[in-house]
Amino acid sequence: MDWMKIGSAILLGMLLILLFPQARHMLKHSPDAEPGDWRAFILPLLAVGGFVALLMWLV
Amino acid sequence: MATILSNSRSQTGVLATNKLLRNTYMLLSMTLLFSALTATASVFMQMPPITYLLSLGGAMLLMWLALPRTANSSAGLAVVFAITGLMGFGLGPILNNYLSLANGPQIIATALGGTGVIFLGLSGYALTTRRDFSFLGGFLFVGLLVVLGAALLNIFLAIPAMSLALSAAIVMLMSGFILYDTSRMVNGGVDNYIVATVQLYVNIFNLFISLLHLLGFASND
Repeated sequence: MDWMKIGSAILLGMLLILLFPQARHMLKHSPDAEPGDWRAFILPLLAVGGFVALLMWLV
Repeated sequence: MATILSNSRSQTGVLATNKLLRNTYMLLSMTLLFSALTATASVFMQMPPITYLLSLGGAMLLMWLALPRTANSSAGLAVVFAITGLMGFGLGPILNNYLSLANGPQIIATALGGTGVIFLGLSGYALTTRRDFSFLGGFLFVGLLVVLGAALLNIFLAIPAMSLALSAAIVMLMSGFILYDTSRMVNGGVDNYIVATVQLYVNIFNLFISLLHLLGFASND
């Protein structure tokens, strides 16, 4: 195993440790979605997916 | 009388939000230019691959230790430029990898343009609709943890298809984070432009890296 892999694993491990308490806090304290909220989130995300697919096809 | 007071309070809120948005986007554009400069320097200096890890590690430490202590002072500006400069410098070895490919410059330019279009499109959407995306907080952070865990696993498994799926997932997650972070500026979740700039910069950085990976795969190189 080379140093890049070990370094990447350490960096990702650090990120996981850093983000875990924040994720737990967010899960507990995020407000509930109102009707239409998920649709308003998914539609632009689908557009992003389509745009990325177009770029991948063009390149 | 109560109506006048309420109107004046809401006007103050709108002014504060506009100031936050103006300062954030101004600082973000300056930091993006600065990181482009450091990335160019890193490319010309032909930095070794370990530079990427060291730069990201240093930037993470600054975000973790220095940013919370300095975000409310002018020293925070120096910290933001140090973070974004380091992250830009870390891009050098990756860009050199792509530049060595036959259509490398085209892949990099497409990834850069694509990142710009996605960021501007999603920011424009969140700013014009003024919709509150704070309900996404838990979903996005748990999604990020899952992706990071899978990426950690894939360091040892080294499955190319999984690496590709992770890049696609990161593009989607960062798009969600752009909506979330922008709506937090509009709807009062964040009131510090230094913190807001770093959050948006990290989203753009991750989006660019993942798009670069996907486009590199798509061009069969």
